[in-house]
Amino acid sequence: MDPRRTARTVSDPKVRQVGFFTPAPPERSISDPPRFQDPIQPPSPSPTQVNDHSPSGNSLSPVMIPPAHHHSDNFLRTALQVTSPTKAFSYSAKTVTIPPENEDVASSFSPGRKVVSAKSPSSFPGVKASSVPASELTTVSVVNLPPGISEKAGGASVEVQNDRPVSAKTLKEKTSKAERRALQEAQRAAKAAAKAEGTKASSAASKVVTSANTKPSKAAKSSSQKNDGSQVAASEKKGGDRAPEKDRKKDAPHPRMQYDDKSRVEKAKKRAVVKQTEARNRVELFRHLPQYEHGTQLPDLETKFFELDPMHPAVYKVGLQYLSGDIRGGNARCIAMFQAFKEAIKDYSTPPEKTLIRDLTARISSYVSFLIECRPLSISMGNAIKFLKNRIAKLPLALSESEAKSTLMLDIDRFINEKIILSEKVIVKHAVTKIQDGDVLLTYGASSVVEMILLHAHELGKHFHVVVVDSRPKLEGQLLLRRLVRKGLSCTYTHVNAVSCIMQDVTRVFLGASSVLSNGTVYSRVGTACVAMVAHAFRVPVLVCCEAYKFHERVQLDSICFNELGNPDAISKVQGREEINYLDGLVNQENLQLLNLIFHPQVCLSL
Amino acid sequence: MPDTQALVNDFLNKLKKRKIEGSQATAKQTAELLRSVISQTRMPYTNQAAALIHSVKAVGERLIAANPVELAVGNVVRRVLHIIREEDLSLTTAAMAGLNLSAESDDEDDTDRDNHPALSAAAIAAASRSTLRPPSLQTLLEDVPDSAAVPHTSSSGGDSEGKSKSADKSSRSRKLKHDVIEAVNELIQDISTCHELIAEQAVEHIHQKEVILTLGSSRTVLEFLCAAKEKKRSFRVFVAEGAPRYQGHLLAKELVTRGLQTTLITDSAVFAMISRVNMVIVGAHAVMANGGVIAPVGLNMVALAAQKHAVPFVVLAGSHKLCPLYPHHPEVLLNELRSPSELLDFGEFSDCLDFGSGIGAPLLHVVNPTFDYVPPKLVSLFITDTGGHNPSYMYRLIADYYSADDLVLERRTASGN
Repeated sequence: MDPRRTARTVSDPKVRQVGFFTPAPPERSISDPPRFQDPIQPPSPSPTQVNDHSPSGNSLSPVMIPPAHHHSDNFLRTALQVTSPTKAFSYSAKTVTIPPENEDVASSFSPGRKVVSAKSPSSFPGVKASSVPASELTTVSVVNLPPGISEKAGGASVEVQNDRPVSAKTLKEKTSKAERRALQEAQRAAKAAAKAEGTKASSAASKVVTSANTKPSKAAKSSSQKNDGSQVAASEKKGGDRAPEKDRKKDAPHPRMQYDDKSRVEKAKKRAVVKQTEARNRVELFRHLPQYEHGTQLPDLETKFFELDPMHPAVYKVGLQYLSGDIRGGNARCIAMFQAFKEAIKDYSTPPEKTLIRDLTARISSYVSFLIECRPLSISMGNAIKFLKNRIAKLPLALSESEAKSTLMLDIDRFINEKIILSEKVIVKHAVTKIQDGDVLLTYGASSVVEMILLHAHELGKHFHVVVVDSRPKLEGQLLLRRLVRKGLSCTYTHVNAVSCIMQDVTRVFLGASSVLSNGTVYSRVGTACVAMVAHAFRVPVLVCCEAYKFHERVQLDSICFNELGNPDAISKVQGREEINYLDGLVNQENLQLLNLIFHPQVCLSL
Repeated sequence: MPDTQALVNDFLNKLKKRKIEGSQATAKQTAELLRSVISQTRMPYTNQAAALIHSVKAVGERLIAANPVELAVGNVVRRVLHIIREEDLSLTTAAMAGLNLSAESDDEDDTDRDNHPALSAAAIAAASRSTLRPPSLQTLLEDVPDSAAVPHTSSSGGDSEGKSKSADKSSRSRKLKHDVIEAVNELIQDISTCHELIAEQAVEHIHQKEVILTLGSSRTVLEFLCAAKEKKRSFRVFVAEGAPRYQGHLLAKELVTRGLQTTLITDSAVFAMISRVNMVIVGAHAVMANGGVIAPVGLNMVALAAQKHAVPFVVLAGSHKLCPLYPHHPEVLLNELRSPSELLDFGEFSDCLDFGSGIGAPLLHVVNPTFDYVPPKLVSLFITDTGGHNPSYMYRLIADYYSADDLVLERRTASGN
């Protein structure tokens, strides 16, 4: 089996590229998980192996480092990356005996290849890459035993892998041509579905896969095929678009996870590590964004702490901090994430028969997807992750493991120093020249850069007054206020509604940003645009301070197409003022919806 | 009088302590109070209107001083004064019309107040002259007409003398009071029912599948939206919560119980959502003579955002909110700062609020204004109980409701009473 499988996988680049169009032997996937992971699984359920793995394999091979962009805002993408690399790695591990295999994978690795990524998006709408891919792979494979199903699985995957031919062969013997064709269609559909489930899933996912798979296989092929067909069509289209557009991929951002598509959401949920219950009463306009009920995740995650084997505890800790809101702000999150990654890299050791580069990248991707589950990435974090993956990919193969690790850690340190800390210093140096004695400066929310500017200007001995404008529900301005007053600055505190009353006395407005997009739009906390607009109406100059690593090539016009939705309960409860409880008990009413936007772009045309 | 005094003092207290919320309630209570003041006023036989005006002004001045920011008080006082003048005017014109020119001497009028028998034609003519005369420099400099150089009595025909005259006299005096009180009752009625009249116009403005944005809570807006809902218009509402009082929560709750699709958003998200909104409908605290609006805090921001996205900004206001004054520096003069405890928790910030140490000057100020001023150019439409109006039209309504004499309510010290 094995030799045959591996040979097969190596030999067919075409299959790998296109993904789910060509039937591929599912065995590979089958064989891989058992070998690699685990005790649980019988060594070779090859024929039974379902493609669900193949999808993973597919996604896996070429793409370790997705071309250039958009990790941050693309859930889908990160999910993909996470899933694909892990799968890939697991596969490569399994097939490791065959060097060409690895090479193959390695070559397909090159950043240019969109193929995999192409595939992945369609397959992983879910976003949530589990941190336990391998075991899940196995479970899935185990579940998907029936041969009919496995054949379907064969349909899509890039992975193709060695297993395919075997199962394909067996299947082919059994079925007639027409039936096979029908089956194939169904498989493709199922594959698309399966991809979503991904390898990760829990058994629930696999069950779904099986059901999805069985459906076409069973009866009503046409009808089910139609259903699946539409799905498949969608995913196929995506895949199709992707493949030819490989080169242009760099320019167009990845489509993000469509949360308004129920099926994809279901699949994504199955793969998720963090169980998030979707909020009820979601606002129609924002159905394309994820909305979960907060407060349900922490206990769940805590219990899983010791179960999530592949997850490094430092990363886990950072994820929990994100979830609970202890770490806020683009820079802080980025630095925390990188510190955690440094720890993880330090403790990392290459598993046998794997290359450092690929495995590490896969692991980083799995960490990233976990972090996304806790809280969607900010754009700065996305850029940072891209940088890291780039560095990993560029590691010369000749380096020993310890050297590679230390190089990486040095790189991370350098990134943090240069891009974050040093650039903040430069910004501060420039900005304090804009502050004169007697100024009244207004700032909104809590931006780390603006805080540093104000403190530095105060140290230089300038006399000015600060107005801190705050807003619900996070009330971040209070933290900034406390820090400023402790240092002796005279401050005024007010809330965003009063900004038009206070703007008459203000001479300058300093704003921080989460990112600056390529059409000049500044993307930052919700409410910043209000402040900027009122400042504009009162002819007050507005200065936006943003480090360069936060710049992004995306464009966005309003705050609806992309955003982060926060906890709606935060709106109904007013912190510190318990008497305002008008909405108790009303939250679950049908007509009432609570909308808690986190970010907001402001178009610079108005400034 | 003592009764009235007690009532007045009671009301003054409530105003000073800000116990009365809302311009409608305030206006209604003010009107009722003034009604009792009027009914208790002792009416001289001459110049009754002046006496009424005087007593109303005396009380009104004190009421306004108790809460200068609550413009509804001043509005109602001025409305009542206008009513008095108008009633006086109408009675005088009637007297003029039915004037039986019986000659009487002028002198009697001055001396004899109680048994004032005859009203000479001259007297009547003189009286009507004073009422009907447009304000000229001379009248303004003359100091208030209540010195009654000219007999100022309203009469419904001076045809009989003696008993009939006295009967007429008392009836005349009663008539003025009676008319005035009737008119004040009407005013109170208007104030109470302004919501219905405004809500009737809802159907003209809200159509199917609209998205409406509002901020805070206003009873007028609530009635307006519910009236549209009654007429089976399907629309949804975004309610901005309106920190720091969070009245938007109340409004959202109300709307939900009445079956409207509501979404509650934070104030900072208003700009984000306004591009998807068809109309902004808000209530007002007061409408100034230039068409500017004194509104709950945060509405200036909403108005600016609405203008930027070309969304109509509609203000609902009952006629008792129309103020004949022009706003000068409204953010300061017509604004009230509330307690910082609504924004900051004193316990948490006790270290920052430590004034005694070091420098002595407080490092931390907290600004918590109650009202916002929205300039007239940002308002698209005013909907009052008389219909929809342009902001530039509001000054015309003032002429209907108020007299120019009443704009300054402080009595001149030289006036003799």
